[in-house]
Amino acid sequence: MINEDSVLEQSQKSSRDVTISVKHLTRVEGHGNISVNVKDGEITNLELAIVESPRFFEAFLRGRPWNEAPHITCRICGICSVGHTTASFHAMEAACGIQVTPQTDRLRKLILMGEELQSHWLHLYFLAVPDYLGVGSVIPLASSHPEVVQRALRMKKLANDICSVVGGRHIHPIAIHVGGVTHFPKHEDLLGLKDRLIASREDLKEMVGLFGTLSVPSFERDTEYLSLKDVGGGEYAFYDGDIVSTKDPSPTPVAEYRERVIEDVVPHSAAKHCRTPISETYAVGALARFNNNHEQLHPEAKRVAEDLGLRAICMNPFHNNTAQLIETVHCVERAIELIDELVTIGVRPEPLVKPTSFGRGAGATEVPRGVLFHEYGVDRNGMIEMANLIIPTGQNLANIEADMRALVPQLLDEGMDKDAITLRLEMLVRAYDPCISCATHLLDVLWVD
Amino acid sequence: MGLSDEAQTKESTNGAKPRIAVFSLTSCEGCSLAILELEDQLIDILDVVEIVNFREAMSERSWEIDIGFVDGAVSTPDDEAEIRHFRDHCGTLVAIGACACVGGINTLKNHQDETAYRRYVYGDRAKWFPTQQAKPLSAFVKVDYELPGCPMVKEEFLELVKCLLIGKPFRLPDFPVCVECKKLGNPCLYEQGIVCLGPVTRAGCRAICPSYGSKCEACRGVLSAEALRAAGVNLQERYGVTLDEIRSDLRLYGAHQEEKIS
Repeated sequence: MINEDSVLEQSQKSSRDVTISVKHLTRVEGHGNISVNVKDGEITNLELAIVESPRFFEAFLRGRPWNEAPHITCRICGICSVGHTTASFHAMEAACGIQVTPQTDRLRKLILMGEELQSHWLHLYFLAVPDYLGVGSVIPLASSHPEVVQRALRMKKLANDICSVVGGRHIHPIAIHVGGVTHFPKHEDLLGLKDRLIASREDLKEMVGLFGTLSVPSFERDTEYLSLKDVGGGEYAFYDGDIVSTKDPSPTPVAEYRERVIEDVVPHSAAKHCRTPISETYAVGALARFNNNHEQLHPEAKRVAEDLGLRAICMNPFHNNTAQLIETVHCVERAIELIDELVTIGVRPEPLVKPTSFGRGAGATEVPRGVLFHEYGVDRNGMIEMANLIIPTGQNLANIEADMRALVPQLLDEGMDKDAITLRLEMLVRAYDPCISCATHLLDVLWVD
Repeated sequence: MGLSDEAQTKESTNGAKPRIAVFSLTSCEGCSLAILELEDQLIDILDVVEIVNFREAMSERSWEIDIGFVDGAVSTPDDEAEIRHFRDHCGTLVAIGACACVGGINTLKNHQDETAYRRYVYGDRAKWFPTQQAKPLSAFVKVDYELPGCPMVKEEFLELVKCLLIGKPFRLPDFPVCVECKKLGNPCLYEQGIVCLGPVTRAGCRAICPSYGSKCEACRGVLSAEALRAAGVNLQERYGVTLDEIRSDLRLYGAHQEEKIS
């Protein structure tokens, strides 16, 4: 499982000296490196470094018209392009005084369900499962476990098709705009998706069965889990909500996100990481959502959580995979409900809602990897003059490093050799499902020379 | 486009499965992801090719590569070194997506002062992030084929793979998006007062954006300098839209770049 590019050295002097350097960590979205140095059993250096090219989205949004923001920012990331679109129109609608229709919200929630399913199933089947089955990728599984791969592809295609029916395509959706949508799906297309969603319940059962047999590494570290929460409506928060955490459950409106999420600018420091007023590091993502909002899960998803033995508040980051799987059970049921609502009420063409004013606005969405914040300032001519984007993987980086600091001594105590430690660290990073393309538009970038 | 449509694939002669690699430079990696979204064809593809290097999806990495697909623009000194390295190790090099073909959305930064945009995002640490103007792969190395679009069109990818496997020439459509749009019966967006880039943009996307109610943003690049000039005259006459307006809108994906329109 060790990459050819990996450089692994172990000092002959002492088994308590370990140097791990994984260059171009695989099966993650984007380019990242892990480096760990242990001397006499003490960690002297530990970094999860991002080596992806910086993107400069915040800079080049300036001077572009207000209505281009979702189409530009979705290009931050192919995997979560619907998520960026969603956070972007939330922020821009707040900045422009736009209130959208209930039909718009339903269609945009449905396409977001498609993306959560697409991303989680891709991650679980293609990126995480190979670790547990001891292979380097999903490709050998096509011959050793053909039924698993067929099922994975069938499920992923359904998720993609949800996005295509609503938005034209999954990667960089077309019809989703500030103020509404420009495509109105036919009832027969929606009902076709519903039939396939109902059929996918069987596939999900098989998937839950498979995951029930995989042994999740044991590891725990106390940290703060932060997510959105639908305080008024009682819906498991993906689309929107207020900010809560396991250490501070009192809700904060997204407009005041800077009260809950602090980005440190430290001159000449290699790492600018996010923290909260309470914690030096915190975690976002499926496990954070589960820990804060498990009571709002669909009953079927709650039952699967019980079967898989996941209980809030879970402090084992490897269980982020488990939480992702449970969420997909919820998302399938939620997508069916949304289709029922849309078809019952009847989908009809609506014009885009126009801005009533220009100013500042923030928006947030729970994208597959955690809460995503967008904030824009728009000048009186409708041109973007300020942009701030806070990405889930950026928020998680410091927490992953803190996990590695706690995990490495535990693994050394267990007598694990360097190859096994390296694989375990890679699995830890992959469990967070990091999206490095996303993270590199901003400041949380370390360089290892 | 300056591409060699006749580029021969060495790999088709020796009977072994062609060795495929997928790389990413400065991009959203959406075009690499699009390959994983070929759910109906993925298993068949794996029957006829061997994927030997695809960091996003696998741990193994080999550098003996027959066909390399690259998404992303070149926007840092590292990117430039990497694309030269890929070129050296790939028999056939294919640029996939707007970033690799015309620079893509990354080129928006080219219109701002470099020090200013670096400082805006990275503050005091701007000097840690060496960058250069975002450019397509063809600005640095010979590119054998281009699959434009943001993201690339999956059907075109399949068509190219088929052509490479059987040694057939591959050509992109040489007519504008309007042709596909009209065939689909979409109402023209110009009649609604919307400036759409369909008249100057290379077809092949089945006019997907106008079909979903949005204007064409020229992510597939400008068809030709002639098409641009002709559109400038026609659109001015019929709708009062100037060539300058068109050129300004073309900036979104870098499609305005004159060197790509020769």
